[in-house]
Amino acid sequence: MTENVRPLPSGPGADLPEHPKFLWRNPDPKPSYDVVIVGGGGHGLATAYYLAKNHGITNVAVLEKGWLAGGNMARNTTIIRSNYLWDESSGIYEHSLKLWEGLEEDLGYPILFSQRGVLNLAHSLQDVRDSVRRVNANRLNGIDAEWVDPAQVKELCPIVNISPDVRYPVLGATYQPRAGIAKHDYVAWGFARGANEYGIDLIQNCEVTGIDVVGGKVVGLQTTRGRIATGKVALAAAGHSSVLASMVGLSLPIQSHPLQALVSELLEPIHPTVVMSNAVHVYVSQAHKGELVMGAGIDSYNGYGQRGAFHIIERQMSAALELFPVFARAHLLRSWAGIVDTTPDASPIVGLTPIENLYLNCGWGTGGFKATPGVGWCFAHTVAHDQAHPYNAPFTLDRFTTGALVDEHGAAAVAH
Amino acid sequence: MQLIRCPWCGSREEVEFHYGGQAHVSYPENPAELSDAEWARYVFFRANPRGPLAERWVHAAGCRRWFNAVRDTSTHELLAVYRIGEPQPEVAR
Amino acid sequence: MTRVAAGGRIDRNTELAFTFDGKAYRGYAGDTLASALLANGVHQVATSICYGRPRGIMAAGVEDANALVQIETPFPEPMLTATTVELYDGLVARGLQGQGRLADLPDQARYDAMHEHCDVLVVGAGPSGLMSALTAARAGARVVLLDDQPELGGSLLASRNQLAEWVSAVTSELNSLATVRVLRRTTAFGYYDDGFVLALEKRTDHLGAAAPPAAARQRIWRIRARQVILATGAHERPVVFADNDRPGIMLAGAGRAYLNRYGVLGGNRVVVFTTNDSAYTAALDLADAGAAVTVVDARTEIPQHPAAECARRGVALKAGHVVTGTSGNGRVTGAHIAPYADGKAGARQGIGCDLLLVSGGWNPTVHLFSQARGKLRYDESLGAFVPGSSVKAVRVAGSAAGVFTLSGCLSGAADAAVAALQELGLSSAPPALPSLDAEPETTPGLVLWAVPDKGDESGPCRRFVDFQRDSTVADILRATGAGLTSVEHVKRYTTIGTAHDQGKTSGMIASGIMAEALSTDKHQVEVASLGTTTFRPPYASVAFAALAGRDRGEIFDPVRVTEIHPWHLEHGAVFENVGQWKRPRYYPQRSAAGSIEDIDTAVLRECRTTRESVGMMDGSTLGKINVQGSDAGEFLDRLYTNLMSTLKPGFIRYGAMCGMDGMIIDDGTVARVSDTEFVLTTTTGNAAMILDWMEEFAQTEWPELRVNLTSVTEQWVTIALVGPRSRDVLASVAAELDLSNEAFGFMTWRDASVAGIEARICRISFSGELAYELNVNAWDGLALWEALIEAGKPYGITPYGTETMHVLRAEKGYPIIGQDTDGTVTPQDLGMGWVVSKKKLDFIGKRSFSRAENQRPDRKQLVGLLPVDRTVLLDEGAQVLATADLSQLPVPMLGHVTSSYRSAALDGTFALALVRAGRERIGQRLHAWQDGELVSVTVTDPVLYDKEGARRDG
Repeated sequence: MTENVRPLPSGPGADLPEHPKFLWRNPDPKPSYDVVIVGGGGHGLATAYYLAKNHGITNVAVLEKGWLAGGNMARNTTIIRSNYLWDESSGIYEHSLKLWEGLEEDLGYPILFSQRGVLNLAHSLQDVRDSVRRVNANRLNGIDAEWVDPAQVKELCPIVNISPDVRYPVLGATYQPRAGIAKHDYVAWGFARGANEYGIDLIQNCEVTGIDVVGGKVVGLQTTRGRIATGKVALAAAGHSSVLASMVGLSLPIQSHPLQALVSELLEPIHPTVVMSNAVHVYVSQAHKGELVMGAGIDSYNGYGQRGAFHIIERQMSAALELFPVFARAHLLRSWAGIVDTTPDASPIVGLTPIENLYLNCGWGTGGFKATPGVGWCFAHTVAHDQAHPYNAPFTLDRFTTGALVDEHGAAAVAH
Repeated sequence: MQLIRCPWCGSREEVEFHYGGQAHVSYPENPAELSDAEWARYVFFRANPRGPLAERWVHAAGCRRWFNAVRDTSTHELLAVYRIGEPQPEVAR
Repeated sequence: MTRVAAGGRIDRNTELAFTFDGKAYRGYAGDTLASALLANGVHQVATSICYGRPRGIMAAGVEDANALVQIETPFPEPMLTATTVELYDGLVARGLQGQGRLADLPDQARYDAMHEHCDVLVVGAGPSGLMSALTAARAGARVVLLDDQPELGGSLLASRNQLAEWVSAVTSELNSLATVRVLRRTTAFGYYDDGFVLALEKRTDHLGAAAPPAAARQRIWRIRARQVILATGAHERPVVFADNDRPGIMLAGAGRAYLNRYGVLGGNRVVVFTTNDSAYTAALDLADAGAAVTVVDARTEIPQHPAAECARRGVALKAGHVVTGTSGNGRVTGAHIAPYADGKAGARQGIGCDLLLVSGGWNPTVHLFSQARGKLRYDESLGAFVPGSSVKAVRVAGSAAGVFTLSGCLSGAADAAVAALQELGLSSAPPALPSLDAEPETTPGLVLWAVPDKGDESGPCRRFVDFQRDSTVADILRATGAGLTSVEHVKRYTTIGTAHDQGKTSGMIASGIMAEALSTDKHQVEVASLGTTTFRPPYASVAFAALAGRDRGEIFDPVRVTEIHPWHLEHGAVFENVGQWKRPRYYPQRSAAGSIEDIDTAVLRECRTTRESVGMMDGSTLGKINVQGSDAGEFLDRLYTNLMSTLKPGFIRYGAMCGMDGMIIDDGTVARVSDTEFVLTTTTGNAAMILDWMEEFAQTEWPELRVNLTSVTEQWVTIALVGPRSRDVLASVAAELDLSNEAFGFMTWRDASVAGIEARICRISFSGELAYELNVNAWDGLALWEALIEAGKPYGITPYGTETMHVLRAEKGYPIIGQDTDGTVTPQDLGMGWVVSKKKLDFIGKRSFSRAENQRPDRKQLVGLLPVDRTVLLDEGAQVLATADLSQLPVPMLGHVTSSYRSAALDGTFALALVRAGRERIGQRLHAWQDGELVSVTVTDPVLYDKEGARRDG
């Protein structure tokens, strides 16, 4: 078959950019690498890319037990923002947002990064206090943030119901204009293609079954595609981190839970921004093609099954219609679940481990997607220098012992 | 939505229950004697296996009693339920 | 007209008027919008999303990937397929180009949900489903049978009345049984854990504007089934060829359904392109209806019996041929056919046609089975995935299981039901199978995904795989050429399977084409190893409003109000949501001129009156927990940071609770009723959480302690009577009670009659003033409130709300957990080291206090802040800075303002704040930064009013 040159399409589905002609090789694993990254999701791929780009380390393999970026990277609601409360979180998320702003050019990939702004709604007086606090902290940290009143909410997103007569009226919102969304697969594939071009091996269908440690030092990995010797191992396996860490007797303070999301069918443009409401558990945007993309609350129990319970979705819909009555006859088209790795303080763990040459990146809970370039950058630095980058330095495993938590849920900065 | 067998009330819908995390993690005999690391372990670290996990549930919208269950976290299959104080049963996966 | 003279299941006596794309048409009851359009000769229904190509109707059911319409009347609804919209009088619809439009008016329709439990759920009421349901019903099982169509029969409805009498008899029997529920117009869309199946019933959609407004338009059925039988049938699969997307090209089974069920002959000159036997039935039925039919069969070996039937009717038969492309401007006008051998198409010739029916085989509808964690197996001969593992309590029957003979479906379905009944312990005698005509021997089908093309796909000819996404064979080849080897990657790269139909007709084909594309001479890639993308719920799209059901508006979340709420309403209170509670925030007064006080004026007035005379507040929302048992004291000692077991009956103590991490989670008072009984209070928002927290410890950690916990929040009404004249007010209605400080001291309680009502009175204060907290049976609450208001009139008593409560407590430096704390604050940080027992060996959270982070001298601590300009009100949430130099971002922040008010008593504004090393900074000048503005503040002790506590005893 000859290569298809698409004639100029014209319809509303026509403005999706085309993927490159070539993405990546599918090599067999080599017997050894300088660095092996376990987990070919967004974080693993970004880490690989920055290892090569920033540190010149290219004898690297990324091992993925399924298909590249098929875990949470393929399942998230693609919200990108950096308006977190604490300085530590602001640091890494804002670093990430800055990278997002140049990522399309850097990767040479149309990632559909759309800085359409994110509204975080407040529904109670305490929400208002927490929101104002966060806005002030954001601005002093150099992050764009505004407190907007209900009328301004309506201006930014005309379909939000700001009537005072609803069960939990909108009392205002925080607004981050530079926040937005991107197309998740495109992002992952951009990093994957970039890593591939640096000569990094992306190895799919390769599950790690054991981690070889000699004298307190990682020396290799057992995989379903044979043993791989390596100087350094970087774990970037999100919800599966506990299972991997347990292979070297390392316990982690994380719990893996189902998190569900859903999309509607394609609709004419109706929702110009991103709206999140922690109080009623709604976050929704309208993706490039026209579908409404929504996330639900986390299922309460531990689960690796990538499925949640339907009452969570039903509740989600009730909340969505409270805020957006015009969604009544939009249709749920597809729902799915990811496995989120939550920590006691709703902040990630990124850094060294008690085992030499074993590095850990996990615990991102619902915040992983937006952190992708930022954590890739910092984790690569950590692996390359055997030392945390200043932006991930606060996110040690040790903080649970010292008590120096970065408690983002206590601070009511909405997750996701 | 899981169907959960409360050992006191029988099978009820998941919405009636609250999840309580890993079971059989006892409050330390004497916390003051623990190192910071040991204390952190108790407070923050819980098993997170893929597969059978002994965990606690409470029948919050029913009898309000806590009980233990062994549930497979990869399939959500409830392998056993037992009352507080009873030993964890052996379950075949 | 293409409606045939007679036949079909439509009601020709009931004509319906409808409008499509602005033109008026007529159809019959029993039509779908699709069949009515075809009957009116309308083949082009929609426009393709990307290339703007005309698109028609390709199927007769939910699997259609083309005929997307927007309903405009009676209420706008986007993105429905014309094949699933039942025709009603007055329907106004239009074709779509891939995107729908939401109404800008609120949807007034009602939606609801029903829970159903049954022994056997049968999904699908085709021949298999009917047989399974009948078998189960006769055994006495509670059966639910559901089907997405308005009448039962499934695939039989598309036949020439095959088994019609049997269907009718089974339907009557099932309808007559009290143990059977038959749900029509109901689609099972999701299989969840433990036999939980979600289904959507469309109850009034088919009535259009005549739908009764009080009836729920759609209903979600939440079905918990002990055994499930999936008789979900199969979807016909097309074959891909060039320009396969023109209007007038449809699946063979659909062509037959339109004829036999709806009395619509889709064309007069018909080409039937098939790779299997099933399409012959369509060819024969259409020929019998008067169409000139040519069958193009890709196989060289063709079935004897249908071939003979074709010959008898003069149906031309081109064996070993394929359709390589089509002609037409809009609707199809011709098919290009060519001999096909060794995977290659030869020289092509044209055949004129106005209807091209296509069949590439059948894909079992395994969506629900797959959602039930069933494993799928690729069946080489079918070219489709079939159920390949057993799943607990789930059985698949009929064509969903890959069985394609009617007799096989019927007997298999009976067997499935018997097996299900056996597991339920019910014995059964399967009903006799209806008598069937002998089914002719079948000839194996040919698995053909796409007809090879000459190679020029850059021109206007395209081989479409996913019509709705406008995705083509070339797109798949481009994806595999890019290095993609996973079906999930190819799906994402090409977007095949992501549209409204979720790949029902395209997913299998895409896997097949991909396998061929990835195969090399050396390495054959099997479809079986590629698998298919995941069948995610819902099986068919479901309106958001249906899922939201009744849980909207007022009942989105329960509203909790106190017994005194009617009085608050009557007296103009402005309310605040606190958790689920509605609490009065303040009581604005209306002046004689009719103007209404603003919040600041009202709160200053309420504060002043309370501090100077007397005020009262409805505190009923405070959480109240009754703790009983011989170990109650010991139990509370373990949970509170301070000692409770030493409290004597009749006395009250303030207490705080911490989490395991040592952070304060709640506070309140603990009153000891007797040796074995305490009543404690929690903050309003945390009441349920604290009860759960305590219950968890009582049951799981310390089951040896004899203690019982009961929520009594709703049982007691609590009224705070506050201010220097509160004693006078109370005395006037509680004559028997000695209210002197000596007889009734601070932090004690007494039972007494107040205005003739039995009350428990606590001498506690959250304002620093002399105060009494009166607790009475809920039913007496309003009467007591009114009695106190009356008794307080001589003193100018004011009711006050949460805002005044906050000001009064803040003036005294009393923190509110959740406002002045955020989960990172210890009692010591709040300056409440006194509430942390030094005597107790342990309590929850104690061990965490000695961690490194807790020992830091520069922890954030609660302090007061006084703006230098006392007319400036700080924002709650303002950040506290040591420097006024903002030139370098980030600016280090010391903490934030947690509470900020105007104070009548302090004659100006003040605030509470959490500030790093705050207590050391008392007296220092700092800056509060709020929304770009810097305000100079002085750090003070958090207690700003009556530091000595002189006012407590009146």
